[in-house]
Amino acid sequence: MSTGFSSNMTFIRRSFQRQNKVIKEAKHDNTWRDYALIFVPYLWMILFFLLPFLIIFKISLSVTEIAIPPYSPLVTFEEGAMQIILHLENYTSIFTDPDGTYIRSYLKSLQVAGLSTIFCLLIGFPIAWALATAKPALRNVMFMLIIMPSWTSLVVRIYAWMTIMKKDGLINDCLMALGIIDSPIQMLQTDFAVYVGIVYCYLPYMVLPLFSSLMKVDYSLIEAAYDLGCRPVKTFFNTLIPQTKSGIVAGSMLVFIPALGEYVIPELLGGKSSILIGRILWQEFFNNRDWPLASAVAITMLMILVIPIILFYKVERREQEKINAGK
Amino acid sequence: MQGNKKILRAIIIALALVFLYLPIATLVVYSFNESKMVTIWTEFSLRWYVTLFHNEAIIKAVVISLTIAFFTACASVVIGTLAAFVLVRVTSFRGESAFVLFITAPMVLPEVVTGLALLLLFVTLGEFIPIFADRGMFAIWIAHVTFCASYTTVVIRSRFRELDISIEEAAMDLGAGPIKVFFAIILPAIMPAEVAAFLLSFTMSMDDLVIASFVAGPESTTLPMLIFSSVRRGLSPEINALASIIVLIVSVCTFFAWLSMVRKQRRVASDLAKAKKEALLEKRKLLRGANRA
Repeated sequence: MSTGFSSNMTFIRRSFQRQNKVIKEAKHDNTWRDYALIFVPYLWMILFFLLPFLIIFKISLSVTEIAIPPYSPLVTFEEGAMQIILHLENYTSIFTDPDGTYIRSYLKSLQVAGLSTIFCLLIGFPIAWALATAKPALRNVMFMLIIMPSWTSLVVRIYAWMTIMKKDGLINDCLMALGIIDSPIQMLQTDFAVYVGIVYCYLPYMVLPLFSSLMKVDYSLIEAAYDLGCRPVKTFFNTLIPQTKSGIVAGSMLVFIPALGEYVIPELLGGKSSILIGRILWQEFFNNRDWPLASAVAITMLMILVIPIILFYKVERREQEKINAGK
Repeated sequence: MQGNKKILRAIIIALALVFLYLPIATLVVYSFNESKMVTIWTEFSLRWYVTLFHNEAIIKAVVISLTIAFFTACASVVIGTLAAFVLVRVTSFRGESAFVLFITAPMVLPEVVTGLALLLLFVTLGEFIPIFADRGMFAIWIAHVTFCASYTTVVIRSRFRELDISIEEAAMDLGAGPIKVFFAIILPAIMPAEVAAFLLSFTMSMDDLVIASFVAGPESTTLPMLIFSSVRRGLSPEINALASIIVLIVSVCTFFAWLSMVRKQRRVASDLAKAKKEALLEKRKLLRGANRA
């Protein structure tokens, strides 16, 4: 009896302490220590991430000059008068270029990134499914094998495709030996090669999120749909696709966004027709040394990417809210 | 139905593996080719490996890349741990959503944009602070840490969320200071994530071509920059040899990482099995006791 009473008292005292603690924490929401912790990563990101974008925007409003650095200053002092000159030529020249080079390269980038995303989805979904439904031991091995190429250098992987897509490369040799073609096909320097390269390099980024959402799928729903006489195709679209939507969105964004600005793959595998926006930016910067125009191209590219980036950011934000809810 | 599924799965996996590994395998095979022509096989030889090790430019680039990658990995793990701690443990603070945006954005920006932005920053800062004007390894390091820190934050954060806060509270109640709690309790618990984040940022830094090309001056050529410029000039068997070595190192590292992961899973599984067995024995004892009674 007495022991029961004392343990009861301890329990009550503990819960009081807990409550006090909660109240205390609520009052002193953030201590100086918390702010000290926030300070380092915050400062780093503001200094090396936010500031650069303000600078890029500033430089996109100047014109190129033969000087060091090679662009005109925005603010000048002349005879005691402060002048701020904002040049909009870079933006107008992007949109009114007589050859339409810039507009065409933006459209081409959208096309290549969009189609590559679809191809990655079509190829990645079966792979993710096979992984998610395989036996655990096999799944471990397969998982490692699918991830491993993406740990190898990107340039090396593209170089590998260059060697097998050459006129006398492995693919042409095989096709000729099988008698499918009579003379070697030109594969390098074509859009086809660019698509192959992008799909090859970005496939793991599609498979990973798809795999993790396929692992969470409730497969009894699919069986239920079958039992109720649903056809496979309809079952697929009505049960599997809705349940893996978050994986599909995340994977597509992870492929589409970097593919839009891709430079290395179209430069090495593509020809004159695959002038993507990343290549234009590179050329303006390195070959023409027109820093303001390159900055304007970058700002315009960001404008296009705002929607997919917000989509991705929302997914991230939701993750953070989940954490906050658990705090 | 079940048999069909198995066959389908095997076909998908086989095709995926062929697609992923055929180019790499060809690359490795032709690195042992005697001929200077990359695509015509003559006979087995190690001559391209020998010339590779006498190529001073490549050795220098390897050293530069490894140094940058090591320091990048160290710094971005520290920043990532701090950021993850802030995101998981500190209650909502002013500017939190901006912070999440800063952390996610480098992951989703095209590399060309990030590279250009950082270069222009260094040029601007270089007018006031001379260390930024000299565009060497320091500049590449800063640039790499900036984009790797996002990834390390995400990796460490996901591990952090699984931690049981009551253990930290217990330690605090027993009088441990916050620093001691961090080093004695939090750090050992998030160690696997720290290691994964370190390896991830190390490889990303080793692999980066675009950002380094923008930021670096003529003196500091990293390995990917060197490979890229020689690939643009044309195929060469020396690059095959270099690529094969990279593939070998990566596959050995991945294999060991995978092995330790599998072992850990097995340990967890065997612990679970043991616990189940004990629970079963316990249950039997109880049942026996109940029967006797």
